[in-house]
Amino acid sequence: MSTGVITAMSDRLQHCETCGLLSRPAPGAIDGRCPRCDEELTFRKPGSIQRTWAFLIAAAICYIPANVLPVLSTTTAAGTESDTILQGVVLLWSPTGWPLSLIVLFASIMIPSAKILALGYLLFSVQFGSAQNHRQRLRLFRTVEFIGRWSMVDVFVDTFTAALIQLQPLMEVEPGPGLFFFAAVVVLTMMAVESFDPRLIWDSAGSPEASYA
Amino acid sequence: MPDPRPPVQPIPDSKTVSEKRRRLSLVWLVPIIAAGVGVWVAATQILSKGPKITIVFRSADGLDAGKTVIRYMGVEVGTITGIRLSPDHEHVIAAAQMAPDTDGFFVADTQFWAVRPRISGANVTGLGTLISGAYIGMQIGSSGEPKRDFVALETAPIISSDVPGRFFTLKTGDLGSLDNGTPIFFRRLQVGQVASYVLSKNGQYFDVKIFVQAPYDQYVAANTRFWQASGIDMQLSASGLSVQTQSLLSILIGGVAFETPSSGGLLTEADADTEFTLFATRTEAFEPPARNPQTYELVFNESVRGLLPGAPVELRGIKIGEVEDIRAQVDAKTMNFTIPVTIKLDAQRLGIKVVDANAGVDLANIRKQFIDSMVARGVRAQLRTGNLLTGSVFIAFDYFPDAPPVKIDWSQHPVELPTIPGELEAAEKRVGDIITKLNKLPLQEISESLNHTLGDLDQTLMSARTTLDSANTIVAPDSAQRVQLDKTLAEIERAARSVRVLADYLERHPEALLRGKEAKTK
Repeated sequence: MSTGVITAMSDRLQHCETCGLLSRPAPGAIDGRCPRCDEELTFRKPGSIQRTWAFLIAAAICYIPANVLPVLSTTTAAGTESDTILQGVVLLWSPTGWPLSLIVLFASIMIPSAKILALGYLLFSVQFGSAQNHRQRLRLFRTVEFIGRWSMVDVFVDTFTAALIQLQPLMEVEPGPGLFFFAAVVVLTMMAVESFDPRLIWDSAGSPEASYA
Repeated sequence: MPDPRPPVQPIPDSKTVSEKRRRLSLVWLVPIIAAGVGVWVAATQILSKGPKITIVFRSADGLDAGKTVIRYMGVEVGTITGIRLSPDHEHVIAAAQMAPDTDGFFVADTQFWAVRPRISGANVTGLGTLISGAYIGMQIGSSGEPKRDFVALETAPIISSDVPGRFFTLKTGDLGSLDNGTPIFFRRLQVGQVASYVLSKNGQYFDVKIFVQAPYDQYVAANTRFWQASGIDMQLSASGLSVQTQSLLSILIGGVAFETPSSGGLLTEADADTEFTLFATRTEAFEPPARNPQTYELVFNESVRGLLPGAPVELRGIKIGEVEDIRAQVDAKTMNFTIPVTIKLDAQRLGIKVVDANAGVDLANIRKQFIDSMVARGVRAQLRTGNLLTGSVFIAFDYFPDAPPVKIDWSQHPVELPTIPGELEAAEKRVGDIITKLNKLPLQEISESLNHTLGDLDQTLMSARTTLDSANTIVAPDSAQRVQLDKTLAEIERAARSVRVLADYLERHPEALLRGKEAKTK
């Protein structure tokens, strides 16, 4: 309580994540169930930091093949061409197509990496009990949470293209192995965001409840 | 800080839960799986990189870095990853990344070639590359020596290495209609193809590599003859018109046929890569091969019109050689224009045997002696008309006992053999001689004296006529002389009879000559 922030946990109150009912845990029990909706109650998401780390590391691992492997292979009569995301950015970069190129660059390369870095930063700051910039960190978390789903646009575009352009034997578009990793990155970062408990940001250093993470 | 706590009474107690949460969450499986998949993908990516090779091309026409693939039997085994010029700007060096587990493919005699659309004679190949672009074909060699840097072939090899059979080399001065893929016929059955051809370094002949499939390659023996079966071989000879063709295909695109002469006994199969001569025609192919030809020179002072290289040289009607070359020369001293004709004699080739030759006797010596003795006996070379229609001329050696004696000078090269003017030439000369002689006759004088003689003869005949007339009157049946003559003749007849009687009597009684006639009564 060094920061003087009052939380429900500090008042020994539990907040149901499902129905929003505030309850007091039964004496002697750490975890209980919501008296209204029977949902398990915790002060903080159980194993939040651990789970977030796990998903984040998995996402970071998948991020490498997602960028190294081709996401789209185009087979035309002239041959098969496989492009990675970065090659696509380069390919789109032209005097007229540069906005598109930038969109791809942002949506597919910068945002996933930014998400991973942001979550990593949040986790580190929570684990080491940083007591500063609570609001900025929370805003960062909200942004990451909001932006996360949009990265999936890439995957959708890719799969749509692959499904629509099937003009065998003249032309064929197939998703490359990189696409699966890219989708995994997006899904894993979303899961990491989901498993991260933003309330931890407020549990400042020195608080005994920090050990819940 | 102000206390914002609102009154929260009454707050119910939550129910207790007995189960305990595991501290180390199963969620860690997610990054482990992700890492596993990542490592697996990385491993397959790294392991899927086969050997890197370079191929040198004459031109990168149709080749595209990153797109052009290398195919073996239609299977993609690699991709061209980079194309650059050789340091001397003469060639194109293409780097290729091959598929994994292809290390064994790249040995010393593995071949590469660019497959581009190609239309030749009977076959159209690489049509697919019109749309898909060129690709690189390869053929895996059998050598055990690994190699990574290759030089591409100009054209695709016609025969893939896995077809059993053997390669042979044919030497020919004229490629004719041969091309890669030209069929090889054996008894009109297609048994192989022309694999490739190269012009020799000196540009004199082509080395045509042919492939004969098994099991037909066993019919290629050391004495097998190959000839160009291109199109139609028509020959008009004394025996009539003969037309020889192979299949319709070979009429259109040409071909090579082979056959082993039945004579000469069974010879063993020819080894692979044996060199053969490719003859122009079957007839030529079956002519006995040159064994030991000698070159001689014949100098003609007459027109050699109709004499062509290749014209036969005959000795008493038997072919002993051919005309090789016909030239013309002017003697600077005498200003004589002569035509030396080089001939090639090969008696052995033509089956002329030396009978009763002792073993070890130098054949060259025998030949020398033979020619000397023949020339001494009057053998001379002569131009003769072989075919009146075409006016072709051949050279005949024949006996001319009246020919002026000649001594052969064996020191010069080629040795000059004596000639005499041709038949026609000789006949012309004789006729000319006669005409000259006729010209020389004093026809004017002869006719004048003849006229005189005729006049005299006329008078003589007149007097003869009167004589005959008077004689006629004498022998007429009613003339006095005739009557008298008849009487005289009758008298003579009687006289002759009595003489006969006397003769008879005397024959029977020869003593009557002495004693006289005896009385009849006795």
